[in-house]
Amino acid sequence: MRVRARSDVPFDQDASGRFLPVIIALMVYVASLALVGAMVLSESISRWSGDLSANITVQIAPVPGDGDDAAVERALEVLRSVEGVARVRVLSVTELRGLLEPWIGSGGHLENLPLPRLIDVTLEPGKRIDLDRLAESLAAAAPEVSLDDHSLWLDSLLRLGRSIRLVAAAVVLFIGAAAVAVVVFTTRAGLAVHRDAIEIMHVIGARDSYVADQFQRHTLMLGLRGGAIGLGLALATLLGLQQLARDVEVPLMGALGLAPATWVVLVVLPLAAGLVATLTARVTVLRTLTRLP
Amino acid sequence: MVRFRNVGIRYGAGPEILHGLSFRLEAGSFHFLTGPSGAGKTSLLKLMYLAHPPASGHIEIFGRRVAGLSRDELAALRRRIGVIFQDFRLLNHLSALDNVALPLRVAGASRDRISRHVAELLDWVGVSQDVDARPSTLSDGEKQRVAVARAVISRPDLLLADEPTGNVDAVQGLRLMHLFEQLNKIGATVVVATHDEDMIRRFDYPVLRLREGGLAIEPALRKSA
Repeated sequence: MRVRARSDVPFDQDASGRFLPVIIALMVYVASLALVGAMVLSESISRWSGDLSANITVQIAPVPGDGDDAAVERALEVLRSVEGVARVRVLSVTELRGLLEPWIGSGGHLENLPLPRLIDVTLEPGKRIDLDRLAESLAAAAPEVSLDDHSLWLDSLLRLGRSIRLVAAAVVLFIGAAAVAVVVFTTRAGLAVHRDAIEIMHVIGARDSYVADQFQRHTLMLGLRGGAIGLGLALATLLGLQQLARDVEVPLMGALGLAPATWVVLVVLPLAAGLVATLTARVTVLRTLTRLP
Repeated sequence: MVRFRNVGIRYGAGPEILHGLSFRLEAGSFHFLTGPSGAGKTSLLKLMYLAHPPASGHIEIFGRRVAGLSRDELAALRRRIGVIFQDFRLLNHLSALDNVALPLRVAGASRDRISRHVAELLDWVGVSQDVDARPSTLSDGEKQRVAVARAVISRPDLLLADEPTGNVDAVQGLRLMHLFEQLNKIGATVVVATHDEDMIRRFDYPVLRLREGGLAIEPALRKSA
């Protein structure tokens, strides 16, 4: 004679067991893609911004005669005297023409075009330079010299990164709110369907927490099942996208190699879905049971 | 054990179907509860097993005034009350064994203790061969015995039975009454609700009689020898 370890509430007789995992799977799938997408783009943006902030460009406007070379020399002198500058490199005219070619084409007209001279300045990692002061020193040395620290481009990039993170957070928040609403609905439906069993448990002295435990365990299993399905679908989609990115050689997608933080998000998301579903079910049951005497 | 003072009951916004109920059941007593159909026997039992709040008056169970108790305290009181329903109210997805074990599981008893007690009790009520059967496959008499086993498994201090003989034949009904007597002898306070006056006359117990929303306590209908 053996007492079986099964639920006192006949959950296998109601439809929520089939409905809830499908909904949770879809939610985890969408949330996973939103979060991983945001993380990959954020990572790429921070890599680009890191590259950009480690470099500045000094530009010398074209001056008739040999004025350019003299201005370049004066600018180099100033730059080499600044602490924190790791390397300076003057771009050759051939390199400058190479940069312009994709935009205005090759041909004799490029040789006649007055081109500014560019000095690529690499900063020592972690060193901070007073760019305003440097700009002043360069201007004092040669009025035709100007400094581009890429701040306009960097600001736009960082703004884009922030926006992407906000959108992803909003998507996850909406999905979380929808998940809570769905679990509340299914739990209430379950309480109505199993009213007889719950009343019997109540009459024989079950605490509200005992009944809530039953719903909580059931919802946890459904939530985790749905979360695992959603995770599986998300992984399959990400691997597909990664393959696609490799095929078309998109450098942006390089980060889809799933960094450790991305893995953590992917694993935590279905667990979080299960946890949210469980807690929601518990709170819903406890609040509903207060209507019983 | 059980004390009612001017208690009334109503459902929703309806009128009080029972009112001014005042009585006291001593520990270890045995009472019949009777009255015509619709007199409110089940409603009075609901008040006693704390499944419905009184609309007026005060109820004391096991020396504790029910009003103002926390939900966990009320649950603890309910665990000391065994209830046998007229329609058995067994959980159909559970076996007879698991139905009987339910009050012990709810009380947090260990698996060993549950197995030992349930086996003993199912044997006592005579359904030891049907332990794995679902209620839907049992006869009314067998369901009744499983329901009785569930009500008494946790050795309740107060046993309430709602028309327990209504769905079984006369012989089974008498057997059941003798079972309640045995439980009463080992200390349980018993209230049996029935409209069967013949049954009441066979036993030497006082009667709580509901009539026109009120309650009267009558001595045993059978003359003691």
